[in-house]
Amino acid sequence: MIIELGHFALVLALLVAILQMVVPAWGAHVRDRRLMAMAEPAALCQFGLLLVAFLALMNAYVTSDFSVANVVANSHSTKPLLYRISGVWGNHEGSMLLWVLILSLFGAAVAAFGRNLPDTLKANVLAVQASIAVAFCLFILLTSNPFLRIDPPPADGNGLNPILQDPALAFHPPMLYTGYVGFSIAYSFAIAALIEGRLDAAWARWVRPWTLAAWMCLTLGIAMGSWWSYYELGWGGFWFWDPVENASFMPWLAGTALLHSALVMEKRDALKVWTILLAILTFSLSLMGTFLVRSGVLTSVHAFAVDPRRGVFILAIMTLFTGGGLALFALRARDLRQGGLFAPISREGSLVLNNILLTTACATVLVGTLYPLVLQALGIKISVGPPYFNLTFVPLMVPLLLALPFGPLLAWKRSDVLGAAQRLMFAALLAAVVLALDFAVFHRGPVLAPFGLALGAFVMAGAVSDLVYRARLGNVPLAETWRRLKSQPRSAFGTTLAHFGVGLLVVGVVATSAYREERILVMKPGDEVSIAGYKLAFRGVAPATGPNYRAEVGLFDVTRGGAPVTKLEPSKRIYDAPPQPTTEAGIHVSWRGDLYVVLGDAQKGGGYAVRLYFNPLVRFIWLGALIMFIGGGVSLSDRRLRVGAPGRARRFAAAPAE
Amino acid sequence: MGKRARFFLLALISAAVAVATLAATPAVAVEPDEILPDPALEARARHISEGLRCLVCQNQSIDDSNAPLARDLRLLVRERLKAGDSDSQVVRFIEDRYGEFVLLRPPFEGRTLLLWLTPVLVLLAGLAAAFYAFRGRVSPTGAVPALTGAEENKLRALLADAKSNEPPKAS
Repeated sequence: MIIELGHFALVLALLVAILQMVVPAWGAHVRDRRLMAMAEPAALCQFGLLLVAFLALMNAYVTSDFSVANVVANSHSTKPLLYRISGVWGNHEGSMLLWVLILSLFGAAVAAFGRNLPDTLKANVLAVQASIAVAFCLFILLTSNPFLRIDPPPADGNGLNPILQDPALAFHPPMLYTGYVGFSIAYSFAIAALIEGRLDAAWARWVRPWTLAAWMCLTLGIAMGSWWSYYELGWGGFWFWDPVENASFMPWLAGTALLHSALVMEKRDALKVWTILLAILTFSLSLMGTFLVRSGVLTSVHAFAVDPRRGVFILAIMTLFTGGGLALFALRARDLRQGGLFAPISREGSLVLNNILLTTACATVLVGTLYPLVLQALGIKISVGPPYFNLTFVPLMVPLLLALPFGPLLAWKRSDVLGAAQRLMFAALLAAVVLALDFAVFHRGPVLAPFGLALGAFVMAGAVSDLVYRARLGNVPLAETWRRLKSQPRSAFGTTLAHFGVGLLVVGVVATSAYREERILVMKPGDEVSIAGYKLAFRGVAPATGPNYRAEVGLFDVTRGGAPVTKLEPSKRIYDAPPQPTTEAGIHVSWRGDLYVVLGDAQKGGGYAVRLYFNPLVRFIWLGALIMFIGGGVSLSDRRLRVGAPGRARRFAAAPAE
Repeated sequence: MGKRARFFLLALISAAVAVATLAATPAVAVEPDEILPDPALEARARHISEGLRCLVCQNQSIDDSNAPLARDLRLLVRERLKAGDSDSQVVRFIEDRYGEFVLLRPPFEGRTLLLWLTPVLVLLAGLAAAFYAFRGRVSPTGAVPALTGAEENKLRALLADAKSNEPPKAS
């Protein structure tokens, strides 16, 4: 019964979305306030209905209702509660429902918080937002309905893939979707602005918080996925340049560019046309990510034939929204007035460079991901793997990272590089020290690695230099410095944090890629092996049982310089349902890096294959991403940007740019 | 259905990952018995392996994969190295047998022209567009185009307005 209620709510949500798409847009066209006013309750109602639908499905999962086909296919009664809940979005149908739920949540948030938006803009934004919801509700109902019953119901379900039964993965998809879908707001605002033919700095001020929130979630979502693959897959890699990873990385790159170009538009009323285009492209890339993952075009090697109707449907949605958006852009962009002027060497100029490099990087990832697919359609099979991206993407990041600390130090309109360079003296000095130390200490690894570490240090120190300069540390008494620091807007701290996080991430990536240590060997109980200053003694293998799996656990005593450090217990699990094996690495975490032990197969001659890795500074990667996320949050809490305070922003927008 | 639906989330998160779960055992990559006694030769073997695709996997190098075919290829690479081949000879040996698909770094040739040139072209286009925009709008001295008469008047009015209610200067 509850499941039918959910099904019904989904159909109702579709109808509400259709109304929300048509009526307010018509109202905006004929300037009828009553028609436009419908957008707000419709958006809230649509969200409420989708929430009911989603909770109904979740209820079926939690109570293990095996009369629902979707639950049978993806859940099992012995699964722990957390994974019964995360199982809702652990499959295609459920995850699409989550997708539209988040979409409608953003729409409802605009309706609830955007009270100060001009009537027509708000009506158009919510109408465009609803049109996306219509497309995806139809998609779910016609091709991927999670509310279908199965008769007769089986005694138990098939279970969730065991490697997905993991806390980080339980929250990874919702984060990722919030990121993807959050960019829909930027898209809706862009389309609404094009429809109205009106675009000013206030527009950027409304769009930026939403973009920032989406970007934060996408950052954390990608980082979670990377962290998960690091500890779960058993070879300690953190990024594989896999098409599916790239699918989430492209919107991130474009979204990062959008965040920065919207800044220029907000402060200086410049780069308008470009920002609009970028908003359309960012959401289009999110849709393409959905298409690539859902359509089955990426899975051609394995015969997991995905329903081709789904692929065609999503392709149609993608074509409609991307093509429609770009067509509207082509028609109306010329009407948009160009805004503030600036010299090439200026804050705006640095942000233009940021955008050029990020867009190029995004295009590189795009072409690297799609090229094999296109050639395959022509009957040619080629592979584009990590070596390609290392040769193309990485060199693009170098100038970006080099220029990054300069950006916030340049003045708006016109500035000079020399002044900024002086303020970065300390950061450059620190980078030089890191470079020299690195060359002195490490005699192995790629020769470019020390430069990479120095670059990361430069970015980190450069980010801090900006605040130090703003507070005039050293030039004025400490109390004055403190006062100045306190009077800085929160967004300045947000910028510093986010940029610092980027530097930290770079250091982590370079260090762990270049200086990773590895031992692969056969160990018998009693054997000892040393790696990176640790000594590991293998005591043997013991059996163990978990709630829904059996395991073989390897026992290792770790010592360093004779002193005990920890015990590591890497294991191999066999899950009950579905009966699949997984490896659980034994990881010892320290600031220096991770000691990572994987238990392999029993060998014919006795003993076990054992893999040991030392991944130096690998935590910096996710710590960096987390700091970027926090930086975004700090920036979002700035009152100038606060979601709920666009009225204030509106008045400020009339004041001259700083 | 179950298999398919499970795959969706898998694909969602990482297709590279998928392979690890599809294969019979979760043990990964290079096995202890494959390792060559000569560390220099082994390092070369690892380096070559990282650039070769496991043909039956989704998107993994033979160095990462635990598929039987990947193991065969790893052993083949080591055999060729022991026989005294250079790195490029080994790669060509494998490519001759398995086709260009095996190379994770596609060669620069006619049909991959766009693949390799896109980054350069987009970068140049971006820089050119920026250059054109700056040139079109700002003269070399940094001066902006002269104001029209109407704009002059507006500016004068604004300045007069600003002077009359200028706030006390903050130091």
